[in-house]
Amino acid sequence: MILVFCELKDGQLRKPSAEALSEGRRLADASGKKLGAIFAGASCAGSAEAAKYGADVILCAESPTLASYSSDAFAGLLADAVTAKGATVLLAAATSVGKDVTPRTAARLGAGYASDVTALSMVEGKLVAVRPVYAGKAFATTSFASPVQVATTRPNVFPAAEKAGAGAAEALAAPAGGFKAVVKEILAKASGKVDLSEANVIVSGGRGMKDGANFKILEELADALGGVVGASRAAVDAGWGLPHSMQVGQTGKVVSPTLYIACGISGAIQHIAGMSGSKFIVAINKDSEAPIFKLANYGIVGDLFEVVPELTKAAKALGIGSN
Amino acid sequence: MKILVAIKQVPDTESRIKVAADGRSLDPVDVKWITSPYDEYALEEAIRIKEGKGAEVVAISVGGDTTKEVLKNALALGADSAVLLRGDGQGDAFAVAQMIAAYAKDKGFDLILCGNMGLGGDNSAMGPMLAELLGVGQANVVVKLELGEGTFKAEREIEVGSEIVEGSLPAVITAQKGLNEPRYASLKGIMAAKKKTIEELEGTPVVAGALVSTLALPPERPAGRRLEGEPAAQAQALIQALKDEAKVF
Ligand SMILES: Cc1cc2nc3c(=O)[nH]c(=O)nc-3n(C[C@H](O)[C@H](O)[C@H](O)COP(=O)(O)OP(=O)(O)OC[C@H]3O[C@@H](n4cnc5c(N)ncnc54)[C@H](O)[C@@H]3O)c2cc1C
Ligand SMILES: Nc1ncnc2c1ncn2[C@@H]1O[C@H](COP(=O)(O)O)[C@@H](O)[C@H]1O
Repeated sequence: MILVFCELKDGQLRKPSAEALSEGRRLADASGKKLGAIFAGASCAGSAEAAKYGADVILCAESPTLASYSSDAFAGLLADAVTAKGATVLLAAATSVGKDVTPRTAARLGAGYASDVTALSMVEGKLVAVRPVYAGKAFATTSFASPVQVATTRPNVFPAAEKAGAGAAEALAAPAGGFKAVVKEILAKASGKVDLSEANVIVSGGRGMKDGANFKILEELADALGGVVGASRAAVDAGWGLPHSMQVGQTGKVVSPTLYIACGISGAIQHIAGMSGSKFIVAINKDSEAPIFKLANYGIVGDLFEVVPELTKAAKALGIGSN
Repeated sequence: MKILVAIKQVPDTESRIKVAADGRSLDPVDVKWITSPYDEYALEEAIRIKEGKGAEVVAISVGGDTTKEVLKNALALGADSAVLLRGDGQGDAFAVAQMIAAYAKDKGFDLILCGNMGLGGDNSAMGPMLAELLGVGQANVVVKLELGEGTFKAEREIEVGSEIVEGSLPAVITAQKGLNEPRYASLKGIMAAKKKTIEELEGTPVVAGALVSTLALPPERPAGRRLEGEPAAQAQALIQALKDEAKVF
């Protein structure tokens, strides 16, 4: 069996989890295995949605003890489920929780782990993963020596494809408590917008924005395109009041949107490390020699303060982002 | 209190990446080796705890002869002692975790600090694996750390902002940018480090986890297109191209 750890948000399956499930279904079909989805929390309401993405079984650990995320509790639960089901593959999306719990679970299972993978396949019944390394300057094909194989999937890379599965519900025993570390409080700083790593369109600003207040023109363009705003480290570190959660790059977020628009960003390798996986890259920079143009599918040499408002106008005129 | 800081030696991000003849490892010719930047935050935090409430700080790295450089640097910055575990520190995070766990197991560390990611390998895995192997709690991607009597309170970065994790010590904490501002080594520190020795041990045998079978350079991105004209015309052309050619909308 292939098991996929899934997350719910406001009673709905998170998009990165739907993507991981879809990939799990594809791998299960390729290797003649069954697909199971695992949920854990105070409530698993909404977990039935996993059947839409091909889950044959939906395993739920539902308990007040699991209301707050605990890495050791969740890792124990996932490892027990893998063992009980005789699963050979465990997947999760590379989200904050996914990246926290899966390596711990892998160690518990004596298993190898491949993080933030961008392609998966089954070769002779075993998982093979491809993942970007060296800041995206190379790709490592990773195979496993262990009987169980664990991997996290990079959000926005694998398509979420609907394919009905039986979705038989099954309860999992929940741990009683006494955990070593538990989340006590969530300090949500960002607005209700989509997180950068899940966004389809990102408009990012760099030092060329000159001031934090000028990010307003990026907000307007992002709104017109149905996207969110990101930033380079130079912009975040400039003391313009931009939160680190906006930073794209090696020490910020790794993003894979369909469209990435870099405004006043030179294209340093540490920035590229975070966005080179974008499907289409647009660069707006007044320096025609800026390295970002080497990466860009479309380049505009010009003053961003003139170009960006025109883009917003053009996007609005075409009615983009409203669908 | 006793603190262990795990330090990985990694290729500088600016290094040109060439694949070695074996087709699966990095050709080290053009590589400049540095301490992984997140590990600098981990070490700085350990030194601040030492300066604050007092602690013994041990730096550890899995690697070979060249790896001594990062340990010397850690000693110059304020680590009390350093341990080199001889073994492959560049590949499998599970193997590294087993070696460090075998070393740390009975030594009474109250706190283990790691980086949240070793640059280059980009696994973000060793810390949580080590926590599990040692049977202790963890908090990853931490930007703020407070220690109590046998407890910790950590603020860790998550998608929408941050969250507070509380737990008992010992624990593994992995550092993120923002935790502190690492200092530079002082001349005095560098001189003092010269007198300290690095303990060298053979890494214990391990069970293999994940192994790189091929390392390849990414395909070239197709040459981009420049959009010419006045800003309004450039904007029009771009939106149209994104719609018609790239089919983004
Ligand atoms: C260990 C380490 C980790 C790092 N991690 C990250 C990271 O996660 N993310 C990150 O982004 N960086 C990171 N960096 C920093 C990185 O090296 C660069 O310094 C940074 O990305 C530069 O940001 P920038 O492109 O906004 O600024 P600059 O390099 O200063 O570029 C500004 C650009 O704006 C253009 N410009 C100026 N005015 C205008 C205008 N009116 N119209 C159009 N264009 C204009 C200029 O031509 C220039 O190309 C890291 C560095 C280190 C050492
Ligand atoms: N070879 C190593 N020696 C010592 N510490 C390591 C080694 N590899 C990884 N680490 C630690 O584990 C963290 C995460 O590394 P990684 O899982 O490889 O991304 C690093 O920031 C280090 O603190």
